[in-house]
Amino acid sequence: MPTKPAGTLYRGKVGMWSWVLHRITGVAIFFFLLVHVLDTSLVRLSPEAYNAVVSTYKTPLVGLGELGLVAAILYHALNGVRVILIDFWRKGVKYQNVMFWVVVVVALIAFAGFAPRHLIHVFHLG
Amino acid sequence: MSVVIEQPRSPRSRKAANWEKYGWMYMRASGALLVILIFGHLFTNLWAGEGIKAIDFAFVGGKWSNPFWQVWDGLMLWLALIHGTNGMRTIVNDYTSREGVRKTLNIALWGICAVLVVLGTLVILTFDPCPANGPAELLPSFCPAR
Repeated sequence: MPTKPAGTLYRGKVGMWSWVLHRITGVAIFFFLLVHVLDTSLVRLSPEAYNAVVSTYKTPLVGLGELGLVAAILYHALNGVRVILIDFWRKGVKYQNVMFWVVVVVALIAFAGFAPRHLIHVFHLG
Repeated sequence: MSVVIEQPRSPRSRKAANWEKYGWMYMRASGALLVILIFGHLFTNLWAGEGIKAIDFAFVGGKWSNPFWQVWDGLMLWLALIHGTNGMRTIVNDYTSREGVRKTLNIALWGICAVLVVLGTLVILTFDPCPANGPAELLPSFCPAR
């Protein structure tokens, strides 16, 4: 009977999952960036064209998508700072696990600050 | 084409510039700047004032008549697109097994990156906040047509 893999410092732990999340959020942000450069470029065409496209960003569905985008950006940005600290700070490797949870908590606090305000704007509750 | 893995601990050949190292350094340097640029962008556009509700042509026109925001957004455009494209290149290199597929995807990625960087830069530099063809009520308040 095959035995379960013994596991390593990395596999199945914070090191691996933080990397997986960094990749997924990175790809999502990249594709948004492509669209965002194109939609913003419409200001060069005409005020009507830009306003028409940007009004879709104010619909409930896309408004909720923006929450996901901001969450992805918060995680990717803060975990990126963690990666820089792991690479350049003497004690970075020692504290990589704690730093991951600091990233999660700070991202959640920032998200909790942003989400209600954004939802008020999207759903005209203000 | 099969993947060639170098003998461990073999000395690096000194012939070519180490582009992977420069890429690695670029991701960290641009990433640190982008944290500041994008958090500032999200704060002014999605948090301050009316947030997403206030975004329209007049809002962008007001921002880009100020060189400060032109430089801010121009920097963000270049740094973020190259950062994102290089990240996608890493992912393509990780998950493609056929050399032809890998090369094609990477050429497509850098092609898209170049087109968007040029487009975005031209838009920021040649943008007119008070276009003659624009309906007065959609223009920023400082335009003579208003």
